[in-house]
Amino acid sequence: MKIVVLAGSIVGSKTRTAAAAAVSLLKDNYPQHDVTLLDLAEYSIQFSDGRNYFEYDGDTKLVTETIMEADALIIGTPTFQASIPATLKNIFDLLPVNAFRDKVVSTIVTAGTPKHYLMVEQQLKPVLAYMKAHIVPTYVFIEEKDFFRKEIVNDDILFRLERLVEDTVLTAEAFEGIRQKKDAEYDF
Amino acid sequence: MEQYRIRPSDGMEFGLYSLGDLIPNPLTGECVPAQQRIHELIEAAKLAEQAGIDVFGVGESHQTYFTTQAHTVVLGAIAQATNNIKITSSATVLSVSDPVRVYEDFATIDLISGGRAEIVAGRGSRVGAYHLLGVDLQDYEEIFEEKLELLKKINEEERVTWQGEFRPPLQNAQILPQPVNGTLPIWRAVGGPPASAIKAGHTGIPMMLTTLGGPAINFKHSVDAYREAAEQSGFDPTTLPVATTSLFYVADTTKEALQGMYPHLNGGFIAIRGAGYPKQQFAQAPDTRDALMVGSTQQIIEKLLYQHELYGMQRFMAQIDFGGVPFDKIMKNIELIGNDIIPALKKYTAD
Repeated sequence: MKIVVLAGSIVGSKTRTAAAAAVSLLKDNYPQHDVTLLDLAEYSIQFSDGRNYFEYDGDTKLVTETIMEADALIIGTPTFQASIPATLKNIFDLLPVNAFRDKVVSTIVTAGTPKHYLMVEQQLKPVLAYMKAHIVPTYVFIEEKDFFRKEIVNDDILFRLERLVEDTVLTAEAFEGIRQKKDAEYDF
Repeated sequence: MEQYRIRPSDGMEFGLYSLGDLIPNPLTGECVPAQQRIHELIEAAKLAEQAGIDVFGVGESHQTYFTTQAHTVVLGAIAQATNNIKITSSATVLSVSDPVRVYEDFATIDLISGGRAEIVAGRGSRVGAYHLLGVDLQDYEEIFEEKLELLKKINEEERVTWQGEFRPPLQNAQILPQPVNGTLPIWRAVGGPPASAIKAGHTGIPMMLTTLGGPAINFKHSVDAYREAAEQSGFDPTTLPVATTSLFYVADTTKEALQGMYPHLNGGFIAIRGAGYPKQQFAQAPDTRDALMVGSTQQIIEKLLYQHELYGMQRFMAQIDFGGVPFDKIMKNIELIGNDIIPALKKYTAD
């Protein structure tokens, strides 16, 4: 299974730190799966101009194609102005409408204040649902105080990340099973 | 309907069209050479004519996986190779061309074919042509409206005086050659949502509507909106023909049709759109109420009659070569259309 962990911000370190933590958990606990970290800060991505994602060049093509090839996606997002950052929304805008069909998507969110704890419910999940993702219901909400010098220091967050990673993999395996069972019913 | 060469007394027209796909056959991974593909299209038009199919269309798409970028040239060859079948573009991306040149080309095809040429003008659903031919996508909406208006004017007036934003003005210009009977049927190609159907209605121009899949009833709104807009703008909707188009695959049995079409449909979608066609959705497609034309001959007939009742269209256009369908399968489709589908269709839809 191909799993992509996407750090959806180009500034700061919290989202990247959390995404990297998810990647190490995946690598330790599920070495049989193919895990890729896409940190948007490392790429130069164009704004969506209506083209098909594979018609772009360079980083835009690389990042969108890597996401489209994934079976499961863990999205790391900061909270900007009570929503996801434009850099992450641009990734969604670059992809086709049903981009997340047959993909499991889970979320790790960082924020400067606990007041944003419903941001994922209100802002991100509707987009993922529209794009046909199998959304993992729970997400990990991480605050400023949970980090110290680019490391997660709150054990609760670490345990929750471990459970999120497990839920993501198990959900993806379950949906793969459903799909296989359904496909076996069709004779074309 | 007369000026658009449509005779409702003959029943609904059935046509075939191609975008000149050059997609590898997903079953073999092989792709026929462009030259062979173009000859196959000309051959398919001849076979279609023999099978009693009314129309043959070729469209342009300026990017990988296509081969009829110069669709008017291919249509010219088809005009020469056939005698009775109507010849149309499907579609001409008018926004990237000069309407004067487009009219000259199609008037010439009309002369070669003895009055069988038609234009279907569209904006194109892919942006390749815009980048290649240097047309700014910012003007996507306006450039098409202006060019379609000019094309219509050229068709209606002997000498054209015109001024616009995207082309130098015309001063009492005579556009030559003139088609056999002085005018060409010109249609507007319309995608799913009603917005551009409404524009077609306001212009009082025949509409060719794509209904690629999903519930057929969803497209009824566009047809109704088209006729309503036409009426509002002072046109009589009963004089304006409507055509619909869909992807098409017929076989002796439902199972054969599904098995025959799926790999091509799925492979084609992956190549063109970057995501395949969901099997679950495809499994629903043979249902009479679904717009995707896949099934046995009887199922296709029922779909067409159901849609005819819904939309009251004068023409249906089938795309039978999407996703690297090999020529022997295309021939088999044409045979079934000619032998079984067209006789039933004409019988039940003739006024």
